[in-house]
Amino acid sequence: MAALSIRALSKRYANLEVLKDIALDIESGEFTVLVGPSGCGKSTLLNIVAGLDRPSAGTIEIGGRVVNDVAPKDRDIAMVFQSYALYPSMTVRQNITFGMECRHVPKTAQDAAVANVAKLLQIEPLLGRKPSQLSGGQRQRVAMGRALVRDPLLFLFDEPLSNLDAKLRVEMRMEIKRLHQRIGATIVYVTHDQIEAMTMATRIAVMHQGRVQQFADPDTVYRYPANLFVARFMGSPPMNTMPARLESDKDGLVAVIGAGRPDEVRLRLRDYDGAAPFVGRDVVVGIRPECIAEGSRAFSGEAPVLVEAPVDMVEPTGAETMVSLRLGGEPAMARISPDIRPAPGASASFALDTRRICLFDPETERLIA
Amino acid sequence: MPDRTFAPSRIWIYLVVSLIAAAWLAPLAVVVLNSLRTNEEIAQGSMIGWPQHLAWSNYAAAWSGFCVAETCAGIRPYMLNSALITIPATIFSTLLGAVAGYAVSLWRFRGDTWIYGIVTLGLFLPQQMRLLPWTIVLRDIGLINTLAGLVLIHTIQGLSFTTLFCRNYYVAIPHELIRAARIDGAGFFRIFWRIILPLSGPILIVTVIWQFTHIWNEFLYGVTFTTGQQQPVTAALIALSAAVADIPQHGVQSAAVIIAALPTLLIYLLGGKYFVRGLTAGAVK
Repeated sequence: MAALSIRALSKRYANLEVLKDIALDIESGEFTVLVGPSGCGKSTLLNIVAGLDRPSAGTIEIGGRVVNDVAPKDRDIAMVFQSYALYPSMTVRQNITFGMECRHVPKTAQDAAVANVAKLLQIEPLLGRKPSQLSGGQRQRVAMGRALVRDPLLFLFDEPLSNLDAKLRVEMRMEIKRLHQRIGATIVYVTHDQIEAMTMATRIAVMHQGRVQQFADPDTVYRYPANLFVARFMGSPPMNTMPARLESDKDGLVAVIGAGRPDEVRLRLRDYDGAAPFVGRDVVVGIRPECIAEGSRAFSGEAPVLVEAPVDMVEPTGAETMVSLRLGGEPAMARISPDIRPAPGASASFALDTRRICLFDPETERLIA
Repeated sequence: MPDRTFAPSRIWIYLVVSLIAAAWLAPLAVVVLNSLRTNEEIAQGSMIGWPQHLAWSNYAAAWSGFCVAETCAGIRPYMLNSALITIPATIFSTLLGAVAGYAVSLWRFRGDTWIYGIVTLGLFLPQQMRLLPWTIVLRDIGLINTLAGLVLIHTIQGLSFTTLFCRNYYVAIPHELIRAARIDGAGFFRIFWRIILPLSGPILIVTVIWQFTHIWNEFLYGVTFTTGQQQPVTAALIALSAAVADIPQHGVQSAAVIIAALPTLLIYLLGGKYFVRGLTAGAVK
């Protein structure tokens, strides 16, 4: 059963169209992440699902029921906000029971539900405190407790980790994922952080300019980005995208970066039959930074393509060394072994894994193959 | 820590400040001193002078013995009138202003900025302009010369200020709180009662002090819409000075003025620090 179905949904404010023809089907138990840069419409979409905002057109179904005209409280949802939105004058316990109080749940049932959730989130010692006496991570937990206690069909998270420091963010990320695995809830989670999307989601909806650019599992989004926007948004650093010319010879297809230059780079492509109509035309080649490594690297299986390329800059991060270089005159990032430090300004040898190259149509910016 | 060392150049500052303070306080000082002098003493000397012996009897006379209009019960009944007008009008206007401020700041609805604009427009209408409309309204609903009529006037006139105060305080409250409460199933009034009102302490103190002082000290409506036994103390004080045409009773009059001013003074002394704090709340985060 689809826990959430969004069909032909659009939202406009006066002359500004913030959501255009959104269609999403989310299965029960899925962890869906809506990700995109700020202003892409992801939070508006979440607010519309919650019933805090109205769509201009289209329908929303939650658990098979059209909820367009249903009040937020009757949609069987719970929401966690970026600012946590804990009620400042209430204790943690009152924060958690407030919703049940509004729904006239008997006191004994309330107590049992609080005990249950407090144990799950390990916030039992905090129940008597006020939100102002809690740390950021504790507030986050209480906000989740307030959502969990409702046991809804659908959980909505609106950038819940944005206010935490980096270390805590990673911890809470794992905790939310663990929670999802344990209780099997259906979650729609909004973030601008593509790492959160990759690490937590079972499916990612990448949004840009009010449209869903791609809706797929994290591996597919990463490996086969639907268009140049997704390619450049997902991944840190993002996919290198370089203009190239597609040629063919007796052995098959070749993408040439910087065609005609003395330092042109020829990349032989195997199993890219879908790209055949583009032979003799311009394409955009996409290579992930981890597919460009030091010359001595053997990518599993085949012999890599070796390239001599000038190095612009070197950024050691400890776990690896990031290198900006030029391939056929085009800037690119490489991710090489941490102990190798090529000299900036000089040339170095790089190994390219050509099996994971993506080709895009420069006109439509869509993935060709 | 402020610099506590004394520099000679500061003498000028102290001098100027002291002069201003003296000019400001002189009328009060004259009234306080006269309230402690007997009539004979004032009549023999001048209006300005040190009491030769303290005449506390002026206060007793002003409170319960002196004749105002045709009755001789001092200003006590009029103090009671003022309290019966000021306390309910302060409570009603503050609560209504809080609800109105909450509605225009935290709930979006069609025309909300217009409604807020019209309500606060009331701040700029001179009092005299409103006399005639109020006369018609009070006459038509039968509240001329009643305390209830003045309560109604002050409640409604106060709304402009109380709505403005509360709205400006509430705009700083994050909207996500309201959204969270709506998802939790709380409606307009439950959110106000359980979430917004408990956060409103500072602004309610400011509003109460403001409303109380203004309504207590208000004179024009009191003297226009009530007569005789129904008058608030501000209007009665005038009647008091008019009633003593034969011999000036400056001592008793001064004592009456001070008694009449005491409630607002006390309110300010008790809540003054919250008042200053509340006025600047939000200005400095």
